[in-house]
Amino acid sequence: MAISEAVREEMRQLAALYPQSRSALLPMLHLVQSEEGDVTIDGINACADVLGITSAEVTAVSTFYTMYKRQKVGQHHIGVCINTLCGLLGGDAVYAALAERLGTTHDSPSEDSNFWLERIECQAACTHAPVMTVDWEFMDDMTPASAVDVIDRLARGEVVQSTRGPAIRDFAATGRTLAFPNDGLADEGVSVDEKMLAGLRIAKERGMSAPPIPASAAADTTEG
Amino acid sequence: MTLTPVITEHWDSPDLYTLEGYRKFGGYGALVSALKQDPDSIIQVVKDSGLRGRGGAGFPTGMKWGFVPQNDGKPHYLVVNADESEPGACKDIPIMMANPHALVEGVIIASYAIRASHAFIYIRGEVPNAVRKVANAVEQARAAGFVGNNILGTDFSLDIVVHAGAGAYICGEETALLDSLEGYRGQPRLKPPFPAVAGLYASPTVINNVETIANIPYIIERGAAWLRQFGTEKSPGFKVFAVSGHVNRPGIFEAPLGITMRELLDYAGGMRDGRKLKFWIPGGSSVPMLVEEHLDLPLTYEDMAGAGTMLGTGTPMVFDETVSVVKAVTRWLEFYKHESCGKCTPCREGTYWITGMLERFEHGHGHEADVEKIAHVCTQIAGRSFCALGDAAATPYPAALKYFRDEFLAATHTSADEQFDPIASYLFAGATR
Repeated sequence: MAISEAVREEMRQLAALYPQSRSALLPMLHLVQSEEGDVTIDGINACADVLGITSAEVTAVSTFYTMYKRQKVGQHHIGVCINTLCGLLGGDAVYAALAERLGTTHDSPSEDSNFWLERIECQAACTHAPVMTVDWEFMDDMTPASAVDVIDRLARGEVVQSTRGPAIRDFAATGRTLAFPNDGLADEGVSVDEKMLAGLRIAKERGMSAPPIPASAAADTTEG
Repeated sequence: MTLTPVITEHWDSPDLYTLEGYRKFGGYGALVSALKQDPDSIIQVVKDSGLRGRGGAGFPTGMKWGFVPQNDGKPHYLVVNADESEPGACKDIPIMMANPHALVEGVIIASYAIRASHAFIYIRGEVPNAVRKVANAVEQARAAGFVGNNILGTDFSLDIVVHAGAGAYICGEETALLDSLEGYRGQPRLKPPFPAVAGLYASPTVINNVETIANIPYIIERGAAWLRQFGTEKSPGFKVFAVSGHVNRPGIFEAPLGITMRELLDYAGGMRDGRKLKFWIPGGSSVPMLVEEHLDLPLTYEDMAGAGTMLGTGTPMVFDETVSVVKAVTRWLEFYKHESCGKCTPCREGTYWITGMLERFEHGHGHEADVEKIAHVCTQIAGRSFCALGDAAATPYPAALKYFRDEFLAATHTSADEQFDPIASYLFAGATR
C-alpha cells in the first residue's frame, strides 16, 4: 500500500528530532509496520525518500532487527520468552501450548492470520518468569493454561489487561507507540507489582533504610 | 546485611512515575542544586563517590565523564543505554517503569556536567511500557521547565529524545548502540577511538546505563561521602539487585554492594519447595556461573572477579537441582548465536559451531571428544572479536564444565530431558509432556 502524505509528514517529524536525520530510521520503520502490518517495499521506499538514502540501505537496516517483519503480523504479536530462565521454568510449555492453540510455529502467523507467534529472547522480566508478551506488552507469570486463555479472550474481542501496562490494543498500535512514545497511556494499568516491591516491603516491615547523610557531608551539600 | 532502598524507596507510592509524585519526595531538588554548581564540580562529586557503571562492566562513572574533552568546539552527547537485554538482567526496565523521573533528572544533571545539549535514551523496542513511561516523564519535565531552553533561568539548554530500538541484543554494546542510534545496523565499532572522543556523530559522547544515571540525583543531593557509606572501597554504593529463578520470592531487592548471595536468597524467601541450589549466576548469562560454595562471597566487583566471575548486571539467576546444566548452557549459546551481529568471524562462526555441538549433547548423542573441543572453540572466540558478545558467548560452557563435567559426559548417551525431567523445573504444576 502506498505510504500516504500524512505518514510521510510524520516521518519528517521524526527525522527533525535528531541532529542527523538518518537517526530516525528505526522509529520510522516502526511507523511503517504500524501502517502496513509489516515492513513493505512501499514503506522502505518512503523511508529512503524522506531520508535521502537508498532503498538498499533501508532494507539492510530493516533486515537486521528482529522486531521488523517481512510478512503481515496480523492483529496481535505473541511472544514467549524461551531463553534459559523463562524457558526452563515453564516458557517451553507455554510456547508449546500456544503453538498448538494457534496452529503455527516460531515467527509465523496463526492459521487464521490474526496472531503471530514468536519465540523471543530475554524480555528483561526474569523475576516474572515465565514471561509472554502480547503486542510487546508484558504478560507476566504465565502458565500454559493462562497463556491460552489470553489468546482465547483476544480472539473473542475481550479486553485483556497487561500485567504491567495498559490494556492490550493491537500490533499496529504498539508500532505507533514505538515511533511516537507519548501515546497518552502512561497512566493506564499497573506498572509496579509485588515482585518489584519485594525488597521494599521487607525493608519497611523490618525498619531497614539507607543511612542518612553523614554530618560532615551534610555541611558540604546544603549550601549547593 | 540490611536492605537499603534508595532508587526503589518510594516505589510503593502509586504516582511516583509522575512529576508531582516524584517531587513529593524532593525530586528535581538535586537538579536545582546542580545547576548552581560548576559542571566540573559535578563531575568531581561523581568521581569522589566512586560510582561504577551498573551496566555490567563497572567502569568508574566520574572518570568516564572526565574523558570528554572540554572547549573542543564540538557538540557533546549523553546517551543512556536502556537496551537491557542480557539474559537474567531485569532491573533497568523496572526502574524506568517505576521511577522514570530519577532517570530523567539524572540525564539532565549528567548532560549539564559533560556540557551536552542533546541527550538520547535508547530503550529496547520490545518493552513499550518502559518507552512510554520514560517519554511521559521527559514531557512532564519539559513542561515544568527542566528540559528545553535556558533550564531554570540558566544558560544551560537540553533536549532529550526517547528512542526505541527494534530487537537486537547487540545494541546493548555501546558502540553498536551508537551505530543503531545513527540509523544503521547495530554493529560494534573498533575502539579506539572511544566514544568519549568520537561517539555519536563522531562527537564526544558519554554512554551510561539506566541504573547508573538513576543514581546521580541521589549522589548530588546527598553527597559522595553519603554514597561511600554503602559498599566497599572498590565497590561503593548500593545496587538494585533482581533475584530470579527457583526462589520463593523472586523480585527486586536494593542493598549495598557487598551483600552476599546467601543473604539475598534469604530475602528472596529461600529456594522453592526446600530444594537444593544447583548453580547461580551473579549478573547475566555473560558471566560465569557459581555454585553453593560461593554463596558467602560479597557481591562486589572485586570479590566476584576474585571468584573468576563478574558482578555483571547484579541480577542473580538461581537454578535448583531440577535443571539440566547441559540444556541451560545450550539455550544460552543458541541465544548468542542468534544475537551475534555477524561482523566478526570468530563470534559468528564460533557460536554456530558450538551450538551445533551442544545441541547434540542436549539430545543425548554428544561426542565425547567435543567436550574438550567446545572448550577449545571458546578460547578461539574470547578476546578475538570486536566486542564483548564474543567473550560472553565463550563464558557459559567453560564455567559449566568446571562444575558439571559429568553431566556433559552423560549427555553422550542420555538426553538432557532424560537426565532431568523438564517438568520438574517448571514453576507451575500440572504440565504434561
